[in-house]
Amino acid sequence: MNDLYTMDFSRISHADFARVGGKCASLGEMTQAGVAVPPGFAVTTEAYEAMLQHHNMRAEIERHLEGVDPFDIDQVDRAAQAIRIRIRSHKLPTEVETAIRSAYAAMGDDTPVAVRSSATAEDLPDASFAGQQDTYLWVRGADQVVEKVRDCWASLYTTRAVAYREKNRIPHIDVLMSVGVQKMVNARAAGVVMSLDPVNGDRTKIVIDASWGLGEMVVSGVVTPDNFTVEKVLMEIIDRKISDKHVELIGDAEAGEAVEREVPEDRRRIQCLSDAEVVAVAALAKRLERQNKCPQDVEWAIDADLPDGENLLALQSRPETIWSQKKADTPKKTYETGMMGIVGTLNSALTVKR
Amino acid sequence: MDAKTPLFPSAFDVKAPKGAEGWEGLYPYYTRFQPARRAEDDAKFWFCNSQHWPTPLRPFDVIFLDFAIKCLGQYNSRHLLVPPANGIDYRILNGFVYFSPVAVAPENIEARIPQFLDRAGHYFGNWNDLYANWKKKVLAMIAELDAISFTDLPEVVPVEWVKEGRGLDNTNALFEAYDKAIELSYKIWQYHFEFLNLGYAAYLDFFGFVKSQFPTIPDQAIAKMVQGVDSELFRPDDEIKKLARLALELGVDAALMTGSVDEALAAVAKAPNGAKWLKAWKDAQDPWFNFTSGNGFYSTDKYWIDHLDIPMGYLRDYIPRAKDGEHIERPTERLLKERDRVTSEYREMMDEEAQAVFDGKLGLARTVFPYVEDHNFYIEHWALGVFWRKMRELSTLLQGAGFWDEADGMFFLHRNEVRDVLWDYAASWAIGTQNVGSAIWPAEVERRRKLVAALASEPPLPALNDPPEVITEPFTIMLWGITSDAIDRWTGKGDESGGLKGMAAAPGAVEGIARVLRSPDQLGELKKGEILVTPVTAPSWAPVFGKIAAAVTDIGGMMSHAAIVCREYGLPAVTGTGTATAKIKTGMRLRVDGNTGTVTILD
Repeated sequence: MNDLYTMDFSRISHADFARVGGKCASLGEMTQAGVAVPPGFAVTTEAYEAMLQHHNMRAEIERHLEGVDPFDIDQVDRAAQAIRIRIRSHKLPTEVETAIRSAYAAMGDDTPVAVRSSATAEDLPDASFAGQQDTYLWVRGADQVVEKVRDCWASLYTTRAVAYREKNRIPHIDVLMSVGVQKMVNARAAGVVMSLDPVNGDRTKIVIDASWGLGEMVVSGVVTPDNFTVEKVLMEIIDRKISDKHVELIGDAEAGEAVEREVPEDRRRIQCLSDAEVVAVAALAKRLERQNKCPQDVEWAIDADLPDGENLLALQSRPETIWSQKKADTPKKTYETGMMGIVGTLNSALTVKR
Repeated sequence: MDAKTPLFPSAFDVKAPKGAEGWEGLYPYYTRFQPARRAEDDAKFWFCNSQHWPTPLRPFDVIFLDFAIKCLGQYNSRHLLVPPANGIDYRILNGFVYFSPVAVAPENIEARIPQFLDRAGHYFGNWNDLYANWKKKVLAMIAELDAISFTDLPEVVPVEWVKEGRGLDNTNALFEAYDKAIELSYKIWQYHFEFLNLGYAAYLDFFGFVKSQFPTIPDQAIAKMVQGVDSELFRPDDEIKKLARLALELGVDAALMTGSVDEALAAVAKAPNGAKWLKAWKDAQDPWFNFTSGNGFYSTDKYWIDHLDIPMGYLRDYIPRAKDGEHIERPTERLLKERDRVTSEYREMMDEEAQAVFDGKLGLARTVFPYVEDHNFYIEHWALGVFWRKMRELSTLLQGAGFWDEADGMFFLHRNEVRDVLWDYAASWAIGTQNVGSAIWPAEVERRRKLVAALASEPPLPALNDPPEVITEPFTIMLWGITSDAIDRWTGKGDESGGLKGMAAAPGAVEGIARVLRSPDQLGELKKGEILVTPVTAPSWAPVFGKIAAAVTDIGGMMSHAAIVCREYGLPAVTGTGTATAKIKTGMRLRVDGNTGTVTILD
C-alpha cells in the first residue's frame, strides 16, 4: 500500500504526527496499542499539499490575506470566505482522489463514515484550539467522502481560524491539515471522559460525561449529560448525577447525516450507561493516560451494533491541557518525617479527618 | 447549637429501663456516674462504646473493662507520654459502657514531646525485636494461665501433708489460683496495650500524609495499602478451610455432614482414612480454636475449643462449597498483588519528594500493623479464652458448694465479691459449718440475672451531653470511627431521604435482603446472599463473610473487623451507621453502597 496520500490507522504511529495531525496520530497509536477504535484512514498532509500545489493555491491564499487587519472581523470574514470558496471549487488531483477512493472502498460498500479534520497544530498540548475545524458525520459514498475531505481542508480557513492565526502570528501556509475518515459508530450512548477531575485537577479521579446518541451533543453542551466520578485506583463509582437528557444525535443512514431528535420520555432521566459500562469507560481513560504518560481527554462511544464487552470504542484521545500545565505552580510542601511526623499527627489528629 | 439544651441527655437524667431499677448495685462505685460529681461529668462528652461492649455487662465482666481502660491509659499517660492524649475515662450507665477521652492541657503538650520521642522512638526503632519478645512474654503467660486449676476442698487435708509437717491446708492453693488468674489477666491486658497505641499512631501518621496528598482519597484505599494478608486472625478460618479440603481428599466429608459433633467424629473414626483427619482436627485446635464468637470481653463468650459445634458448623458450610468446585481459600496472592497495585498507583501520582516521605511512612505503618491485627488473636482469643475457661471451672466448683444454682452463677458477682465467696467457702470448710453464701447468693444471682436482662431490653444512648466542637483523641478516631461526622450521623444531621450514612468501609455496591443479627448465636440464621446488618462483628465471624453480599454495622471505623474482612472478601461494607440495627428489619430490601457509605432501604 502506498502511504503517501492516505494511511490506514493501523499503520500510523506517533512519528507520523506531522503528516496525519494529532487526531489521526492518536487514533493510529490507539489502534496499534490494541485499543478498540473504529477503523479508518488518514488523508495525509501530503494530499493537502498536493492539492495546493496542483492548483497553485499558496500564492492565491497569501494574496487574499495580504493586509487584512486581524481585528477587523468583516475583513477577515471576507478573505476567509473567499479562500474557502476557492478551495471548494477545485477538483482534487487525480492521484489524491484515487487514493481516497480506494482507501474508502477498502472499508466496505458505502460504509457510513465520519470525516474530521486533523490539524497538525490543533491538538498540541499547549495550544488548545481544538474544535475549530469541521466534522461531518454519517457521510456515505466515495463522492461524498471526497467532497467532505475538501470541505475539511477549506475549514482551515474559517473566520475564527484565520483570526486566531493572525493574532497568534502563525503563518497560515505553514498550517497543514490531515483529514480522518473513520467508520461511523452507531452510538447508543457516548461522551467524554477525563482522566482527572477537571474541576480541581484531582488526578485520583476519572470524570465521565455521557448522554444518549452521538457524543457531539455532550461536547457542544446541548444536553446536560449524566456525570460520573470514578476513583481511579479502586475503580469504583463514587459519585453520579443523572440528568434530564432531552435530545440525542442519531445517525440517519439513508439521508447520510446525523439527525437531532427528542429523547423519549422514558429514557430521559435514566442512567445512559450501566455501572459496568461506566467502569469500562473509566478503565479506557486510565489505560490511555498510562499509554500517553499524561492525563487524557477522551471521546468515546458505546456502539449499539457490537456485542457487550466489545462495544466501547475510543474516538479520540488527547492530552488534558489545563491542569497538566498548572502542576508546576503548586508551592512545594514540606513534610514532617519520622518521629516528628508522628508527633505532628498526634497533635493535629483532627486534620486527619478534616 | 442551643447552649442550654445539650445535644445528648445528661447521664443523671437517664432513667433505668423498666424492671432494671436498682441496677447501680451491679457495678463498683467508680464505674458509675456519681451525683456528687455531676458538674464534672456533665461537662464532658461521653460516647457509648457498644463496639466492644454491645450488651449490658454482668458484674464479673467489669474486670476487662477495668483492665482494658486502665492499661490503655497507662501507656498514653505514664509509659510513653503521648503528647496530646491521656487515657479514656469510663462509666457504666444502664449496663452499657461510656467513654470520654482525656486530652492533655494544651500548655502541657510541648513538655511531653521529648519524653515521647525518647520512649516511643525506642519502640519504633526496635519494633521487631520488642515484638518478638512480646510474643514470648505473652505465650509464657498463657502457659501459666493454662496451668492453673481449681479443685474442691477435700474432706480432710492429705495425711502426707500432716506427716511432712507442712502446716498448711488446701485453701491456699484455691486463693492463689484465683489471685493468680486475676493477676495474669491483668498483666496480659498491660501487654495488650504495650504496642497498640503506637501502632495506631504510625498508621494515623501515614493516613494523614496520604490524605494531605489526595484529600478525597477513600479511607478504605489507605487501609488497603497497609493491611496485611496473613494476619493470625485469619488462621482459625483458614484451618477450617484446610480441614474441609482434607475431608474431601480423605473421603470423610459425608461422615462429617450429619449428627452432633460427637456423632460426626465417631463416624469419621470408622472411615478408612478417618484417623488421619481426626489428628488434623485435633492439631488445629491448639491454638487456633482458642477463638471466640464474641470479642473476649464477656463471660458469655463462646470459644470454639469449648463449643466444637461452632467450627463444625463452619466446616459443614465449607465442605459442600469446596465440593462444588468453589475456591474457598483466601486468594492471598491476589490480595497482595492488589495491595501492591493500589500502593504503586497512588505513589505514581505523587511528586518525587512526596514519594520518599510516603515510602518512609508506609514502611513504618506496615511494620507496626501486624501487631495491630495479630495481638487480637493472642490476647482476646487465646489468653482470655483460657482465662474464661478457668473462671467457668471455678464457677462450676462453687456451684457444687451450693453458692448458686446454675453453672454461670459466679459471673453475676464482681471479682472482689468472688474473693469473699472463696473466703466463705474456705472458712466454712475449716470451721465445719454450712457456708453463709448458699443462703444468700442463689436468690441474689437470680435477681441480678433479671436486672441484666432488663438492662438489655433497651438499646443504649449513643452519647451523653454535648460533643466538643471537634474530636481530637487519635485512638478514639482510629478505633471507633468517632468523628465529628459520626456524631452528626447519630443526631440525624446527616440523615436524608430515609437512607443511612456510615463509613465507606469497603468498596462496591449491591442490593439484597437484610438479615439483622444482634448476637453471634444467631449466625445460623444467615442465608446465602443476604446483607448482614449487625451492631458489630468479631473476627470469628469470618466464615459467614463467604456467604453474605454485604455488611452494615452500627459501630466501627475503617479498621473495624467488618471493614477489614469485607475488603478482603471484596464485599461492600458500610460501618458506623449508628442506627442500622434499629432502623432495618430482617427481610427489607437494601442497597448498600460501600463507595459512598450509604445504605438505602428500598422497601
